Amino acid sequence: MSTLLEVNNVSKRFTMGGLFGRRVVDAVQEASFSLTTDKPEIFTIIGESGSGKTTLARMILGLEDASEGEILFRGKRISRHMGQAERLAFMSAVQPVFQNPFEAFNPLKKIERYLSSTARRFLRTSDRATIDRAMDEALQKVGLSLKEVRGRFPHEMSGGQLQRCAIARALIPNPPLLIADEPVSMVDASLRMSIVNLLRSLRDDLGVSVIYITHDLATAYYISDRIIIMQRGRIVEMGDARTVLENPEHPYSRLLKASVLSTDDAGAGKLATDPGMVDLANAMMGRAGKLVDRQDGRRVRVYDEA
Amino acid sequence: MFAVLRDLIRYNIEFAIGLVLVGIVVVFASLSFFAPVDPSLIYMTIPDQPPSPQFWFGTNSRGQDMFWQLSAAFRNSLVFGITVAVLSRIISITVGLLSGYVGGWVDRVLMFINDIFVAVPIFPVLVLFYFVLRNNLDSLTLALIMACFGWPFDARLIRSVALGLKHREFTRHATFAGMSTRKILLEEHLPYVMPIVFSTFMNNMLWSIGLEVTLAVLGFTNINNPTIGTVLYWANSHSAMVVGVWWWIVIPVILIVMTFLGLFLLAISMNEYIDPRSRLRRMGA
Amino acid sequence: MSQQSNRDILKVDGLKAYYQMNYFGVEREVRAVDDITMTVRKNEVYGIAGESSSGKTSFIKVLAAAIRPPLRVVAGSATYAFKSGTIDVAHASPEEIEAVRWKHLSYIMQGSMSVLNPVRRIGKTFKDFAQRPLGLSGRAFEERVVHHLSRLKLPPDVLKAYPHELSGGMRQRVTIGLATVCHPEFIIADEPTTALDVVVQKEVLSLIREIQQDMGSSVVFVTHDMSVHANMADRVGIIYAGRLVEEGPTRQMFFAPKHPYTAHLVASLPRIGDTTQRPALEGRPPNLADPPQGCRFHPRCPLAVEKCRTQTPPLEEVAPDQRSACWRWMDVEPLVKPSAPVGVVA
Repeated sequence: MSTLLEVNNVSKRFTMGGLFGRRVVDAVQEASFSLTTDKPEIFTIIGESGSGKTTLARMILGLEDASEGEILFRGKRISRHMGQAERLAFMSAVQPVFQNPFEAFNPLKKIERYLSSTARRFLRTSDRATIDRAMDEALQKVGLSLKEVRGRFPHEMSGGQLQRCAIARALIPNPPLLIADEPVSMVDASLRMSIVNLLRSLRDDLGVSVIYITHDLATAYYISDRIIIMQRGRIVEMGDARTVLENPEHPYSRLLKASVLSTDDAGAGKLATDPGMVDLANAMMGRAGKLVDRQDGRRVRVYDEA
Repeated sequence: MFAVLRDLIRYNIEFAIGLVLVGIVVVFASLSFFAPVDPSLIYMTIPDQPPSPQFWFGTNSRGQDMFWQLSAAFRNSLVFGITVAVLSRIISITVGLLSGYVGGWVDRVLMFINDIFVAVPIFPVLVLFYFVLRNNLDSLTLALIMACFGWPFDARLIRSVALGLKHREFTRHATFAGMSTRKILLEEHLPYVMPIVFSTFMNNMLWSIGLEVTLAVLGFTNINNPTIGTVLYWANSHSAMVVGVWWWIVIPVILIVMTFLGLFLLAISMNEYIDPRSRLRRMGA
Repeated sequence: MSQQSNRDILKVDGLKAYYQMNYFGVEREVRAVDDITMTVRKNEVYGIAGESSSGKTSFIKVLAAAIRPPLRVVAGSATYAFKSGTIDVAHASPEEIEAVRWKHLSYIMQGSMSVLNPVRRIGKTFKDFAQRPLGLSGRAFEERVVHHLSRLKLPPDVLKAYPHELSGGMRQRVTIGLATVCHPEFIIADEPTTALDVVVQKEVLSLIREIQQDMGSSVVFVTHDMSVHANMADRVGIIYAGRLVEEGPTRQMFFAPKHPYTAHLVASLPRIGDTTQRPALEGRPPNLADPPQGCRFHPRCPLAVEKCRTQTPPLEEVAPDQRSACWRWMDVEPLVKPSAPVGVVA
């Protein structure tokens, strides 16, 4: 069993403000988890805004350096200051999918330019036929073809199609790992499921692992193998997705689940959240505690009674 | 491209007027390539003749046909303005985009240099150059010097746009698509700063031509080289208005106003067209 | 029939609103709202669902009497029956609209920052918006505002705060307070919770629902998120490509939809505790500048037949209180099984 990605006690601290009123924000605190190469999986990071999930993703992509701890990809340390060759090798193995497909493609440029640039750089070829073949293959994997995409501008496609193009581009170097930061939150409702299903088939059919970052518990349950739930920079609960989401243990996880709007009693107008639950979850915020193992394989943060 | 031009002319009255004005001046200036006389020579015709079928713009007290004299002067001035604008645009784009995108110490160093150029007063420096170089100060040297002073404000402007572009998702997307910094700057970011480049191009031309006129009128340039400024310099030194040779002053001024107005109108109407946001709206995004 | 019109507060009749644009000689007409007829009753929450560029935003602009060029009402009317009299906002003069705005008709918008002036204290903003419509003197007005805020569980101190000093959830509660302080009869809520986190979203939703029931106002609630409609709305209307394709009581819409588009929207919602493969709808929403012939959904519809390609289906009553614009509504099967018996929940 070899590890693909290893996140070891990673913390990230931002210093805000200038000389006066300097403020320190702990975006991520002591996050640890690892992904193995033998079994592709969808690993989900759940959190609200300010939970540090995006910062964590940026660190894994090497866009931000950890303040403490280290992130290893195939045993090599990821950092913002990797050399050119190292960086290229890393980028051909870890690719991102961004949140807003309309933002991820320059509206003034043709879509294919991102695909062809990826192919040229990471497959180290300048042969047009090879590049075209690589582009077409990648687009086929996401249910499109080069014929549909060639010569088109981003505004000529729907959000769903564009997000597919973005995923196709990320697949060109055949990376073992994709980092998808809220890939469906900007995609229309009727097109959203096709993207989510696509992520699932990437794992099942192509053996690509995906780190899926979201605030949506329902899609997380639908596609993930393992999840971690983050509250204000701390992992409060992690483990098998079904186990955790069906029966969350940490008060914050329970609150999140209770806040998911269910369609089961559509029209009943049940909206009230138990205020005790909110208070309990908020009380945990900012407290260190420690993660302990449970029998069903999950890890939960517990706190010393003060 | 032709369709764009046609639409611009048809639907944008500012553009049409600007194009006509600049067009007239450019045609007039390029006539100088076919000039029958060398505009730097004096006493080639009868001096002080008013405008007539023989001398359309009259002749001046130095015995020069004003038509050919002004034609050469406008050619030299326009070429001068374009040279300054092109050179200073290149500097400001390079500095602005690099500084905004790369950031860190590169940004700090470039902006430090930028601020020095903002702070140094240009007029005394140009006068100083004139005193040192005297008649060796030809148009090209002057253009080079002014280009060195014409970029810092626009570089700051471009930098502020580049700073915003740096954090757009498509920039990160381009990085992960393996594009080099040069490619990102030239192909991803440059289109967004082109509106600024264009409108400042025209403004820069206006600025440099205006400054050249000021210097020349005061006699701080090579006065034997016909430009808009030196034409006025000679008119002034011969007291043209006092002795009644009004056409020596009035006709150049009318042409200068046409040039400036035309360039200004082109700048504002092109800006509206090139702005990516309005362009996107037109494309139906 | 007279009783019917008595319980309606808003009646939209054959409303068509187009964007007419002209950029450098390229003329474009976007039929953003194309023949919508519907009513909103007193004391109900009417949910409007639609994807981006479905025309729902333009429809709301008409309802909110915020029609500005290039958007133009081409035909039809949108008439409110307020206590003070009726008004057709599609054709009313600015003065007439000014008279009902905020007092009878108010809005809760998506970004709270667009309503709250960042350099004005909240209390001042309340004064700007509500003092004139309420017609109260300084002291009485303040008491009224403080009392109203306490209903929203906001302390009186927020009046002295600047918007940036409040959290996102607090700010959104303040905008709800602003929209409801005059006890309007009709509130338009345009994606009020889209930018909020899940926990806060639920809190804000229940607050809107609570205050709506307290005041007996009607709310038109716009969002693309069907799970919000499931919990908020009494009735839901689905807009697709500028047209109302189905409307009905929330529960019926979720468990017995009679339009294939609704069926798909409902079925594509994932649920915790269920990992069966969810169907995805292919294709893309049509371009409103050039919509397809016939039923606008036919290119993506699994049930489409020849008739759908040529003839536009009318919006007809297909079940009690439920209307659908589909030639094959009898063949639409719900793709999700209800967890409880189907029935109209009072």
